[in-house]
Amino acid sequence: MLTLQAVLDGLLLGVLFALIAYGMALQWGVMNIINIAQGDLVILGGYIAYFMYLYGIHPAWGVIVSPIIMYFVGVIIYKLVINKVVDRDLFISILATFGISILFMQLMNFAFGADVVLANSGYGTTMLFDNSVTLPNSKIFSAFISIVFAIGLVIYMKKSKLGRAIRATAQNARAAKILGVDTEKVYAATFGINAALCGVAGALISITFTIHPYMGLPYTIRSFMIVIVAGLGNLPGVAMSGMGLGVFEEFADYILGTEFRIGSVFLLLVLILVYRRFKLSRKREYLK
Amino acid sequence: MNKNIILYGAILIFGIAAPFIFPAFKVQLSILCILIILAITWNVQGGEMGYNTFGNILFYGLGMYLCASVQVGMFFPLGEWTEGGGEKTFVHTPAQFFQGFAVGLAVAAVVPAIIAGLIGYSILGLRGHYFAICTLGLGVAAGEISGGIEIIGAGQGFTTPPFPNVDRLEARGEFFYFCSFIVLVFTFLAVKAIYSTRFKLVLNAIRDNEDKAEAMGIQTMKYKIIGWMISAFFCGLAGGIMGGLVGYIDSTDVAFDGREMGVFMVLMAILGGKGTLWGPVIGATLFHIFKEGFWTFFLGWQYVALGVLIVVIVIYFPEGIMGWLREKYPERFGEVVDEADRKAQVTLK
Repeated sequence: MLTLQAVLDGLLLGVLFALIAYGMALQWGVMNIINIAQGDLVILGGYIAYFMYLYGIHPAWGVIVSPIIMYFVGVIIYKLVINKVVDRDLFISILATFGISILFMQLMNFAFGADVVLANSGYGTTMLFDNSVTLPNSKIFSAFISIVFAIGLVIYMKKSKLGRAIRATAQNARAAKILGVDTEKVYAATFGINAALCGVAGALISITFTIHPYMGLPYTIRSFMIVIVAGLGNLPGVAMSGMGLGVFEEFADYILGTEFRIGSVFLLLVLILVYRRFKLSRKREYLK
Repeated sequence: MNKNIILYGAILIFGIAAPFIFPAFKVQLSILCILIILAITWNVQGGEMGYNTFGNILFYGLGMYLCASVQVGMFFPLGEWTEGGGEKTFVHTPAQFFQGFAVGLAVAAVVPAIIAGLIGYSILGLRGHYFAICTLGLGVAAGEISGGIEIIGAGQGFTTPPFPNVDRLEARGEFFYFCSFIVLVFTFLAVKAIYSTRFKLVLNAIRDNEDKAEAMGIQTMKYKIIGWMISAFFCGLAGGIMGGLVGYIDSTDVAFDGREMGVFMVLMAILGGKGTLWGPVIGATLFHIFKEGFWTFFLGWQYVALGVLIVVIVIYFPEGIMGWLREKYPERFGEVVDEADRKAQVTLK
């Protein structure tokens, strides 16, 4: 029954990862930027929900408030830093966002302290299969909310004017510009939406798990991993590989022990990249 | 030529005299040497070969753990040493300490180089940002995993053997300073020698266009692996000395410290100028001065400053100091400039 528990835990966790990865795939696809600060945006979103919890508001409202605040945080980051690295070498963007990540880590450490915190939602737990599987309701809630947001975003990207502009820019920025799309605005909105998604995920993580100022990097790596497994612009793939990663992590946790959990995630990233490299090198190609 | 000899001689003399001129800054000077070594080795990898890595921290941390483990393990049971308070029960005699350190350093240099050679074929097949992220993952994974291994101290850290009790008080600082300075000179000369060979041209060809280099008949993979092994060799050495100097190894805060050392080496090389011999040296020196100033006077805000510094350097100053100088005074770098052409350019602006 431990297995079933791990699988269910992993699936519910994986949905959250998929949400963060969706944001990363969006801005990677549109702006060709790898955002190392992704995880730190998640944690910042989590702290917004935690703060509401401290002031007596139910943290579930963070799911609404946090993306709104994070959207503006994302736009500000874009205006200050990202718009200067959009057209440049990818390594420049990695390093610049690494700098942002370090900055955020420390600022959050000042603002919220270095303790591991969680916002208690008071949702209770559900027992399944003769009480052999325990699922906190908050996890089910968070998975549900993530799915709602993901579907909402997909519809928005398909139907709205901005969504169309974003997709056009992703296909060919220059052509979009010629046809009258303000790509600068589109980029800012894309980064804002990405940050808002991180905000939702962060609020959910602060309810379900714990947050800590320095916990950002693993989330970045997870979403990067999900994106390279699934490919850009492949949403079902992102969802599947997100859940797969969640299950993998729960099993690594049970089998190897909690101290190797993060290590195994990073090692899995290396293994996946190396596997893809060997697979492509047979055709004399490489990961682009 | 003559100018160069005077310059190198002056630096060498200054390097030898420095711990006696500034006796209070011996540890800082040793750390400066280590930082310069790391910047130079990163530059071999990132600047000349164009494979921007965050993963050299892997070899640095590995060297640190290896050197300390060998130094202890040669004479005492390693498990009991790290279990807690081991450094109080077992005491190295001076002879044991120095023997252990010498063997440890040798191991700390050779083993990372071998590991780089072994994993090189798989990892160096990745390019660009995939390589960067993959090596970032390697570094963090190594830190997390070594934090779970009992025999090297797991979470509570590993105290390296304390300096043996010799008569002179300042001996410890001088010993580690001269260790790091000698390794620095050795690294600099080795890299300078490498840069004057065909090997450097091959690395630059790989950086500029790997497919074309391969089409020209260069076995790029072989050269990439050798380049990475050279990087790993000196990183391991630097790590081994740093372990002894700090006196305490922690898996994520000292050894595999991607947030500090791992970024520092990239930043120093970029600040000084990627792909130049002197760039990393200048970059590391400036960075160290800046860092020490900030760490002393604005304690707590240092990471904020570091984050801002990274963003500013990367966005506004990506060619570094040497790159800027090269643009300003191209003649001094051996480039022939047509005087009329330059004047024409100036008036155009």
